[in-house]
Amino acid sequence: MDPAIERTKSSEFWDSEQLTRIKERIIESLLFLAAFFSIIITLGIFGTLVYESLTFFSHVSLIEFLTDTLWTPLFYPPRFGILPLVTGTLVTTAIALAVALPIGSVVAIYLSEFAPRVVRESLKPILELLSAIPTVVYGYFALLFVAPLLQKFIPELPTFNMLSAGIVMGIMIIPYVSSLSEDAMRAVPMSLRESAYALGANKIITAIKVVYPAALSGIIASYILAVSRALGETMIVAIAAGMQPNLTIDPREPAATITAFIVQVSLGDLPHGSIGYQSIFAAGLTLFLMTLIFNVIGFYLRKKYREAY
Amino acid sequence: MSDFARIIKKRKREDFIFNIIGIICTLIGIVTLGALIVDLVMDGLPRLNWQFLTSYPSRFADKAGILSAWVGTLLIMMVTTVIAVPLGVAAGIYLEEYARRNWLTNLIEINIANLAGVPSIIYGLMALGLLVYQLNLGQSVLTGGLTLSFLILPIVIVATREALRTIPQGIREAALALGSTNWQVVRYHLLPYSTGGILTGVIIALSRAIGETAPLVTIGALTFIAFLPPSPIQSEPPYISFDWLWSPFSVLPIQMFNWVSRPDREFAVNAAGAGLALITVTLALNAAAIYLRYRMRKRITW
Repeated sequence: MDPAIERTKSSEFWDSEQLTRIKERIIESLLFLAAFFSIIITLGIFGTLVYESLTFFSHVSLIEFLTDTLWTPLFYPPRFGILPLVTGTLVTTAIALAVALPIGSVVAIYLSEFAPRVVRESLKPILELLSAIPTVVYGYFALLFVAPLLQKFIPELPTFNMLSAGIVMGIMIIPYVSSLSEDAMRAVPMSLRESAYALGANKIITAIKVVYPAALSGIIASYILAVSRALGETMIVAIAAGMQPNLTIDPREPAATITAFIVQVSLGDLPHGSIGYQSIFAAGLTLFLMTLIFNVIGFYLRKKYREAY
Repeated sequence: MSDFARIIKKRKREDFIFNIIGIICTLIGIVTLGALIVDLVMDGLPRLNWQFLTSYPSRFADKAGILSAWVGTLLIMMVTTVIAVPLGVAAGIYLEEYARRNWLTNLIEINIANLAGVPSIIYGLMALGLLVYQLNLGQSVLTGGLTLSFLILPIVIVATREALRTIPQGIREAALALGSTNWQVVRYHLLPYSTGGILTGVIIALSRAIGETAPLVTIGALTFIAFLPPSPIQSEPPYISFDWLWSPFSVLPIQMFNWVSRPDREFAVNAAGAGLALITVTLALNAAAIYLRYRMRKRITW
C-alpha cells in the first residue's frame, strides 16, 4: 500500500480517537453541571429567603419578631410577632405526629414481622397511595368530612379547627413512617431474630426488644421525614385549620400555621417590595430553619443509634 | 411443666393480640383512603360531565367548569417533564457512574438529600423572589413549570441512581473490556437496562407534581381565569408558537382550593368534581408505576 495513504489513515484514526476523547469530556462536564445544579437550587432558596428577610428585619426588630404575641402584618398598626404562627404550626404537627408515629410504627412492625408475604406485598403499595393523594384533596376531606364527623363527638368544635387538620395530616404521613421503618426493620439480619427465639422470646418481644432497636437508625430517619412533612404541609391546614393567627395550644381552636399565612398572603395581590410581601419570606425562613433544626437533630440521633452488621 | 405450658400459651396470646392490633392499624389507613375516595365520588361524580370539563370558572356554581384548570395543569406538566427528566437523569448518571469520591460529590449528595426534605412552599417562595421578580419570568406557565421541576428533581435523581445501582457491575466491565467509552457504556447498556426503573420514578414524581398546590399559589397562579393560553400549534407558519410559556395560568388543585375555600357550599360540589378529576389522574399514574415495577421485577433476571 502507498505509504502516504497509510499515514492519512492512521492520522484519521488519531483524529477520531481524539474526537471521541473530547466528546467524552464534554458529556462528562454536562452531566456534572446537571448534578451541580442541585447546589444552585439550594443557594437560590437560601439566598432568596435571607435576602428578602434582611429587608424585612431592617423594618422589624428581631426581638419584636420573636416575642410579640400578635401577627397582623396586613392591618394597621401592623404587628410582627411570629409566635402565633409558630404555635399553630407546632400544634398541628404534634397532632399529626401523635397519629402517624404510633400507627406507622405498628404498621411497620406488623408488615415486617407478622404479615405473610402476600399480605405485605399487596398492602404496602395500597398504603403508599395515601401519600400519593394530592394534599388539597385531603384538605377538602378534613373540612367537609372529618370536621363534621368530629363535631358529633365534640359539639362545640368550630368548622375550622386544628384537630381535624392535624388528624388528616397524620393519616397522610402514615406511609412515610411505615414504609421506611419497615424497610429498615427488614434489613435487620435474621440471625438476630433467631437468637431471640432461641432464648424463648415470642414474635412481639423480639420485634420490640431486638428488631426495633437494631433498626432504630432507619426508623428515626422515617420519623424525621414525618416531622418535616408535617411542618411544611400547607394545603390541609390552609383549608381546614383556618387562616386567623391565634396564639393557643388548644387543638379545638382554629389557628393559622406559617404555611397557611404564606398562602393567604399569596392569594391577595400584594405589591412587590411591600412589608407584607417581605413578611412571607421572613415566615418562610422561620419554617426553613425549624425543619433544618429537626433534620440536624435527626442526623445526630441516627449517627448515635447506627448499628452495622 | 404446666407452668411452662402456661407461659407458652401466654406468649402465643400476646402475638395473637398484636397481630390484631397490627391489622387494625393498617386498616385505619386503608379505610381512610377508601372513605376519602367514596366521599369524593359521591359528591363529585354527578358534577363530572362534559359541560364541567369544557367550561371556564364562573360566579355561578352550576355553570362553572375546569377547562382552564386542566389545560393549565397539562401545560405545566409538559414544561416540568421537559426540564426535570433530562436534568434529573443526567445528575443521577453523573453521581452513580462518573463521580469520584471527593468532598464536592459528598456535598452534592448531602444537598440532594436535604432538598428532598425542604417543604414545597419554600420552593414557591424561592421561585417568587428569584424567578418572578429577579429574572423577570413573570407569573407564567414557564415559572410554574420550573418551580415544579426543581421540586421533583431530587425524586428523579434518586430513582435514576437506584435503577442504575441494580445493574450488575459485570455489565459495565464487559462493555469497557470491549473498548467502549464511559458514555457508550451508559448510552448503549446502562440506560436501556434502567429505563423501566427510571420511568417508574419519573411517573411517581410527576404524579406528585400534578397535585402540588402551595408552590404555585405562592408564585401567584391565578384562581380565576377565563381564557386559555395561546395554542402551541398555529395555523400559520412557523406553526409552532411558544407564547403559551409566558401566559398566566391556573391548575386543577388551585381551582379546587379556590372552590373549597368559598363559604358558599354550592361550590363544594365543584370542588369535589375537580378533586375527583385530580385523583383519577394521580391514582392512574401511580397504578401505572406499580404495574411497571411489578413487571420489571418479574422480567429481569441477571
